[in-house]
This record gives sequence, C-alpha cells and structure tokens, in this order.
Amino acid sequence: MAVFDPVKVAFFVEVLVSGLLSGILYALVALGFVLIFKASGVFNFAQGAMVLVAGLALVRTLNWLEAHLPFWLALLLALSFAGALMTGIAWAVERFVLRKLVNQTALALFMATIGITFVLEGLGQQIFGAQVYKLDIGLPRDNIFALESLFDGGILLNTLDLWSALLAAAIVGALAFFFQWTRTGRALRAVADDHSAAQSVGIPLTRVWFIVWVVAGLVAIAAAAVWGSKVGVQFSLVYVALKALPVIIVGGLTSVPGAILGGLLIGAGEKLAEVYLGPSLGGGIEHWFAYVVALVVLLVRPQGLFGDRIIERI
Amino acid sequence: MAHRISRLSALLICAALASPSAVSAQENGQFIPVLSYRTGPFAPNGIPWADGIVDYLELLNQRDGGINGVKILYEECETGYATDRGVECYERLKGKGPTGAAFVNPLSTGITFALTEKAPVDKIPLVTAGFGRSESKDGSVFTWNFPLVGTYWTAADVAIQHIAKELGGTDKLSGRKIVLLYHDSPFGKEPIPVLEALAKKRGFQLTMIPVANPGVEQKSQWLQIRQIRPDYVVMWGWGVMNPTAIQEAANVNFPRDKMIGFWFAGAEPDVVPAGANAVGYKALMLQHGAGRAKVHDDLDKFVYGKGLGKSKPVDTGGVLFNRGMVGAMLAVEGIRTAMKKFGNKPMTGEQVRWGLENIDLDEAQLKSLGFEGMISPVKISCADHEGSNKSRLQQWDGKGWKIISDWYTADEAMLAPMLKDAAARYAKEKGITPRDCSKES
Amino acid sequence: MFYREAGHFRDNYQADMALFPIREDRIGVSLLLFAAFVAVPLLHLARIGPFSGDYLFNAILIPVLILSVAAIGLNVLVGYCGQISLGAGAFMGIGAYAAYNIAVRVPGMPLIGTFLLAGGVAAVAGVLFGIPSLRIKGLYLAVATLAAQFFFDWCFLRLGWVTNYTPSGSVSAPALVVFGWEADKPVERYLLVLTIAAAVAWGIANLVRGNIGRQWMATRDMDIAAEIIGIRPVEAKLTAFAVSSFILGLAGALWAFANLRSWEPYAFSIDRSFQLLFIVIIGGLGSIVGCFLGAAFIWLLPLVVEAVPRWLSIPISADAAANLTLAAFGVLILLTLIYEPHGLARVWSITKHKLRRWPFPY
Repeated sequence: MAVFDPVKVAFFVEVLVSGLLSGILYALVALGFVLIFKASGVFNFAQGAMVLVAGLALVRTLNWLEAHLPFWLALLLALSFAGALMTGIAWAVERFVLRKLVNQTALALFMATIGITFVLEGLGQQIFGAQVYKLDIGLPRDNIFALESLFDGGILLNTLDLWSALLAAAIVGALAFFFQWTRTGRALRAVADDHSAAQSVGIPLTRVWFIVWVVAGLVAIAAAAVWGSKVGVQFSLVYVALKALPVIIVGGLTSVPGAILGGLLIGAGEKLAEVYLGPSLGGGIEHWFAYVVALVVLLVRPQGLFGDRIIERI
Repeated sequence: MAHRISRLSALLICAALASPSAVSAQENGQFIPVLSYRTGPFAPNGIPWADGIVDYLELLNQRDGGINGVKILYEECETGYATDRGVECYERLKGKGPTGAAFVNPLSTGITFALTEKAPVDKIPLVTAGFGRSESKDGSVFTWNFPLVGTYWTAADVAIQHIAKELGGTDKLSGRKIVLLYHDSPFGKEPIPVLEALAKKRGFQLTMIPVANPGVEQKSQWLQIRQIRPDYVVMWGWGVMNPTAIQEAANVNFPRDKMIGFWFAGAEPDVVPAGANAVGYKALMLQHGAGRAKVHDDLDKFVYGKGLGKSKPVDTGGVLFNRGMVGAMLAVEGIRTAMKKFGNKPMTGEQVRWGLENIDLDEAQLKSLGFEGMISPVKISCADHEGSNKSRLQQWDGKGWKIISDWYTADEAMLAPMLKDAAARYAKEKGITPRDCSKES
Repeated sequence: MFYREAGHFRDNYQADMALFPIREDRIGVSLLLFAAFVAVPLLHLARIGPFSGDYLFNAILIPVLILSVAAIGLNVLVGYCGQISLGAGAFMGIGAYAAYNIAVRVPGMPLIGTFLLAGGVAAVAGVLFGIPSLRIKGLYLAVATLAAQFFFDWCFLRLGWVTNYTPSGSVSAPALVVFGWEADKPVERYLLVLTIAAAVAWGIANLVRGNIGRQWMATRDMDIAAEIIGIRPVEAKLTAFAVSSFILGLAGALWAFANLRSWEPYAFSIDRSFQLLFIVIIGGLGSIVGCFLGAAFIWLLPLVVEAVPRWLSIPISADAAANLTLAAFGVLILLTLIYEPHGLARVWSITKHKLRRWPFPY
C-alpha cells in the first residue's frame, strides 16, 4: 500500500528526474575527458580549468559587449571570442606540451595536465578576475509542474535544468554525428584505435590532437555556459571536473555513449542515494557514493561499462 | 644528499626572505600582517574582505599618519584559504617589524584553529571578528583569541529569535520544522550545539543537512528540503555554496523569505549570481551591513582620491568590504588602547593583547571614528572577548540589502553555561589553568 | 670529482651488500646526518643567521621533512610497485585521526607507540582499499583510489567518535612527550621529525633492496611476467599497499602532531594527495633521495616564486602575485616533466656523473 502512495511515487520520480538532468550535465563535462583520452591517451585533468577559463572569457566579454550591442549579437561575439581563446589554448597545449611529451607514460601526461591546470587557473584569474560573475545567456528560470493530473501537486521541474539538459543533449548528438560521419571524425577514431597504424596511413597525429583539444574546449564553453547560468561564473567551476571523474570510469574512458550513460547512472544514483540513504548515514554521502559506484562497476568490468577491453600481452 | 640540497636552498631562501624584512625592521612602525585569499574557490568573498582591511590601514596612514603617529607597516600574504599556507604566512610574518606582528586576523576558521595553538607561544593575539571558535569568547581560557562582535553561537541564537518573532512569539516555535543547511566543515558545524539546545528548549524540530565542500551541486539537499517542507531554512554557507543554495531553493519553489542566511552567507557575492531568484532572501548581519558611513567619505578623500585604493570606489560600501574595515578598526583600537597605557610607540603582541582586552568603545567614540550606525558599542573584558553579542537582519531586494529588524541580543542565560563547558573542556584537554579574571586589570 | 667509485675491493658478502658500499659515500652521509642532527640545532642555539628564528623550522624544515616521509610512503606504491594512487591524503588523515584517538583514549601510551599504532591502522585501511588493485589497473585504479579519498574525508567529518565528539569536528594534538622529553620548541620538534624521517628512509632503502622490494618492482615492470616467474601478485600488491599506507599514516600523525597541532579534515583533502603525487613524480619515481628533493622543490617553489618580485622590489599587488605564482608553478612542473621526466633524482645522478668526469669530460 505504502509503496504505491502517489505522493511518494511522485517524489521518487522527482528525485529520479532531477538526478537524470544533473547526469546529462555531468556527461557534458565527461565528454571533454573522453574525447581527449580517446584520441591521445591523455587523462586530461585540465578539463575543469578549461571550463573555468571558457566561462570567464564568455561572461566578461558578454557583460562588456552587452552595454554596446544588442543581446544576440553580443552573445554571438562573446561565444566566438571564447571559442577563439579555447582554440588558442588547444594550439598552445599541443605545440608546447603534448608534442614534447610524446612517448611518456600515462602518469607523466596526467601530471602535465595538472600543470596546465595551474597555468590556466592562474592566468585565467589574473586576466579575467577572480570575482563571481553573473551569467545570463537568456535561458528561462521558471518552475513548471508536470503530470499534475497523475500525481497530487505534480512533479516539479525547473526550466533552467530542462534547457540545460536539452542543450547538453544537442551537443552530445552533434559530437556523435561529428565522430561517426565526418572525415575528421573518422580520422579521430582511427587515431584512437591505433596511433602508429593511423600515422602510417597518413593521418597527421599532431593535427588530430589539436582538433580534439579544440573540441574539448568547445565542450568546456557549453559546460561553462550551463553551470555558469546556475551558480555564476567563478572559480568553483573547476570542481565540476571532479564530478565527472566517476562518470567516465563507470562508462569507460574510451566510450562516448559510455560517458552519456555513465552520467545518467551516476546522476540518478547519487541523488537517490543522498535522498533515501543519506539521512540515516548523516548526509553528505553523494560525493563518495558516486566513486563507490564507480569502484563496484570496475570490480565487475575493469574497463568500465563500455570501455575497450584491455588486452595484455607479454 | 637530499638534506644537503634542501638545507642549502633553505638557507638561500631564508637569507632572501629575511633581507627585505631586515630593511623594514629599521623602519619605525607598527607591523600588521594581512592574511588574505585573492585566488581560489573563496576569492569572490575573500577579495572584498581583504580590500576593506588594507584600505582601512592605508586610510589611517594617509589621514592620521598611522596610529597616534606610529606609522602602520602592513604586508599581505596569500593563503588561498588553505591551512598549511596560512600557517606558513603566519610564521613568515610574525616576527616582522620592530615589535613583531601586532595581531593576526586569518579570515578563515581553519587557519584560526591551527593558529590558536601557536598564538599563545608566540604571544600574538588572534583577532577573529565574526568567526573562529565560539568558545574562545571565554578569555580566561582563550587568553589570545578575540572573536570580536559576534560568535557563531550568538548568530545561531539570534537566527532563532528572529524566526520566533516572525512567527509571532517564542511559544509559536513549538512543533515547527527548521532545517539547518550547513557547509560540511568545522565552520558549518559550529552552530549545531546551540541549535540543538534551542530545539530541545523551544520544541521545534531541527533537521541538519550537510553540503559537501564546495557546494556547486545541491539538488538532493533541496529535494530533501522539499520533502520535509520546513517552516524555515537556516543556512550556514560560505563561498559558492550560497548562490547555489538560493538558486536551488528557487528550483524547488522554497520561499526565499523563509531562508535565513548566516552573516557569512549575507553579502553581495552570495546573492548577485542567483539574479532575481535571490529577491527576498534574508541574512544575519555581523552588526554592520552594507552601506556607507562617514569613514567611507574619508576613504574616498584620502585613499581613493590619491589612487591608493584596492577596491573599486563603487564597491567600498559592500558587506564584506565593511566587514574588513570593522575588523581592522577594532584591532587598531586595541592597539590604540594599549598605547594609552604603554606610550605612543610600536606595541608588542603582548601589549596589544592587553589593549584588546580593555577596548571600550561607546557610541560617541564610534561616531568620531566614522563608524556611526555600523556597529553597536563594544566593551571587551577578560571574561568576555566578544564584546558585543548583538545582531540584526537584512533582506536582499534585488539591488541592495535592506535592514529589516531591530537589534537582537543573544540569550546569555542559555549560551553562557554552554560556553563555559566548552571552554573548560578545552582547558582540560590542553592542561590550561584558566586565569582569574577578577585579578586582571 | 674528488673521489672515485672505482677501486673499492670487497672481500666479503656483507661489505658487498652494504647500503653505501663506497667509503666516501658513507662519509658524506655521516657528515650530512651530523649537519642535520647536530650542526643545525647548534646554529639555532647560537642564533646564527637564518637558523635563529622559528621560521626555518616551523615553516620549512618540519613540513618538508614530513612531506618527504609521506612521499617515501607513496613512492613505495607508485614508484616501486607501479600502482597509481590519488588517495594518499586520506591515508595520512587516517594516521592523524588514529593517533589522535589513541592519544585521547589510551592515557599513558608512549608517543612512539601511538605513532606506530596509527601507522598500523592506516596500513589496515590501505590493504582494504588495495584489494581492488588486484583487478583494476592504471588510470582506472587511480580514480578508484579517489573513492578511498572521498569516503575517508566524509568519515572524518561525519563520524563523531573519530573527532571524540568535538562539536566543530576540529581537533588538537596533545603534547609531544618522548621518553619524558617534551618536544614543544620548534627545534625539538624538528629533531623528532628528523629522527623519524631518517629511520623511515633507512628502513625503506633496505626494504626495496630485499626480496619484497624486488617483487614490487617486478610487478611494476610487468605484472603478468612477474606472475609467471612465480611472484604472487596478491602478496606483492597488498604488501605494497600496507607498507605505503603505514608510512603515510605515520607521516599523517606527524603532520598533525608536530606540524599543525590543531587541524580540520581539509588538512588531508584531495589537494594533499595531488601534492604528494607531484613530489613523487618531480622527485623521481622509485627513488628515496628523490622524495626529499621533490618535497623540498614542491614546498619551496611557491615561496621562491612569490618572493622573487620582493627581492627585485617590483611593486606587484597581492592577487597578481598569487595568480602568477600559481601559473609559474604550473609552468615549472611542465618544464620538469618535459626536460627531466625521471625527476630530480635523475638530475642528481647526472650531476654526480658529470662531477666524476670533471674536469676532463668525454
């Protein structure tokens, strides 16, 4: 009887839906990781800092241009500026860091991205300021109640979350298309499968790396726009990267669909755990719960749900 | 071998770090270290706070030539809100100037906890205006801590008093539901004992929901709040947690005027990012709020007029900027009080401690300092290192903070015994024999 | 250089197996230890130069030595056994809180016993969280160790008995009393930390040369091959986790008791884990000397970068200085990784090599 209490069911659905919506946002950040790992084998810890720099560039130019230009034009110009900046960062990273670290261990490359993180955080805050900046890219912020006929009081949804999720879904779709159907996308997949084989058939490795870093930079702009509209553009955006780590582990480091499904799984799982298990454990469990879920998944499948099988030879 | 290298470089660095300080040691003046954080996750809050401190010290130098003619030498050190870096800053700056650091204001609860152990050894008072350990109000045990003009426990009591008033009386609290949404750290946990005691005494139902640092994602916490349907949410947040909470409150249709933020959740960086959703949000005031007083005019004239200001002139009336100024002013008045007894020369930490303990600022003095209306009169004694346990509330109207309440005074009848217990527990743990306050002069 | 490594003839196995087989090395190490144990405290007592104040001890020597100990612990796992861990901070935290609990709850427990037990508690936790390493490898394992980091962070905050029900969750260490000697002055705490650091360095240097250390290295180089030649991966990996966590726990207890004295859970957050991993990689994977070099480098670098404008009297605002310090720190890390991926330990051995040939290089 209690199981079918409509109020409880409605609340469960609400938690589940909001978890899934957060999950899409996690997936958006996780995608940045996966793209770079797939193409270059680099576990890019700088993704969080890239989100911060992209957000700061976007919001500072937008606020400055808004005063002089109509909103849509200002937004467009600000987005292009942020895009140009991320392209520049991608070029610099490829030219000055990755190219010099070819053939290094995965660990050294990982540490190098942490070095890049410090550079981006320091310079980003120095150039664009370390205050909190309000970002309004025109997404609505009202609440709507869905399925009111089914449940008493309906299910509460926030349009900002919905639009963010839609935006994220659109970007994810576009990336999937890019990888599956374009020439560059095919080159990227070839590089991901086997560096040397791809190189031997004439695919320029360095250019491919540059392209994935640009794409990851553009993904960072989208993530910054979405998270920035929620909490303002500020330093704490770099922590969004930590939320994405369990997602890619669950989904598998090398899988785009894995990142999306992993995001949904982690998003929904951690919200349900916090709301239903949290109170009895003292609360605040979602942070490690996501990682424990990832750990459990790894124990069953050491390469994540969709990751490439790890084959070892002597 | 490793030792040799590290020792060599340590030598080099020490020599290098020491040489500029040797220069400033020749200069006569009162040295004041400024531990601040202008980078990192808490920078949006740390920048205006530090600006207020530095600008006030600069104002004293420009307008009055220092404190009673003794020039103020100050140096900023970036802590990034990290305890180990804060301790390094403290160690580096504690011996600077002719008489060493006059006092330290670490702007962080974590660093305060670490320095509470070091301050008595180095004989440097810790001035923590509006934060730090609540039980350090008891000066007989915490000789060197000065949680001036407001502890977290005062804040917790005032928050509940205001809720009672809005509900129409203390008896109306019975059976109500109040949620404490707190930053999961010693900072956020400080008010819990007081709120628990109040819940028992007044009969309201208290639910505590922690938010993991830094708090960019609070969906599940607010879904829980939506399920509990509390009458009020008391929020003990710092940094990005606050605007996120306000945004999420809007997402679950929780009325913002039923949210009461603590005074570190009641400044401009906490509400501005949430935009229109923050309208109606209420917060406690650490006595002062936003807005300008006479001291701001002096600031415009003597500091910003000469282009020496740290902040932007439009931001000088902000809540956190004012907090920095009030904190700096109180500590400087401690130095001034000490000078009355020991003469107009740079004071040592020990002398400043005596001065702080004998601060007695009435309305007239506050007015002459230019802080009229910002804080209530402060009188500090050996037994009471807080000096004034009053607070007010303010509300955000979308453009600025409006004061919405009269002064509340914390219920000492209830807090004093709790404070005594906590201080006694600390004294026992550390083997401190409390001073006899009746013998202090 | 002034001595040669050739021409040392050993006529028994004992001499052949010595930790420092060359006489000049032994002399050098003895001199170094003499300087650290005797000369530095004497210089402090004599109030000479930078040794006179507390700053050198409180803000440089003590933290660097403790971080070196922690780095040795992490190096056992990452450098010798090849298991990447991002949870080192949590194991330091376990050691710190275990030591606190033992000190509070078991009156009369000697300090050394407290530290060893704290290390033991951390070792048990390390083995538990090491079990997944039998199945998970590489970067996946690195992220899996984050589960330990965040889980223990939460425990320190949420479980009341861990902090002895202190309302705020922040605890402070009792007095440091070793055999009736109270180490409360900075120079005394320095001697305590130095003793432990020297003991740990000596112990691990011997351990990695022995059977167990060779098992770790074989597992690191290729675990399947190691298994085939008869090394049990379970044993090798779990002992590495146990030893590593033991030392990390010991370092955590020292960090809490001898350095911070009063701390909150964030002292052992993920930032600490990253800091240790940096020390190990910059210092050199699989090198004890590298741990000391790396710790000194990582700890001193921000201080130096920050101090440069002050030396040159360039007026620079505090926030710009902080941001540029961060960026310069990042650049220096990148440069180290690019130009010397084997870390400072390698730089040291190259320097030695060059000196040996000097002044007639070929």
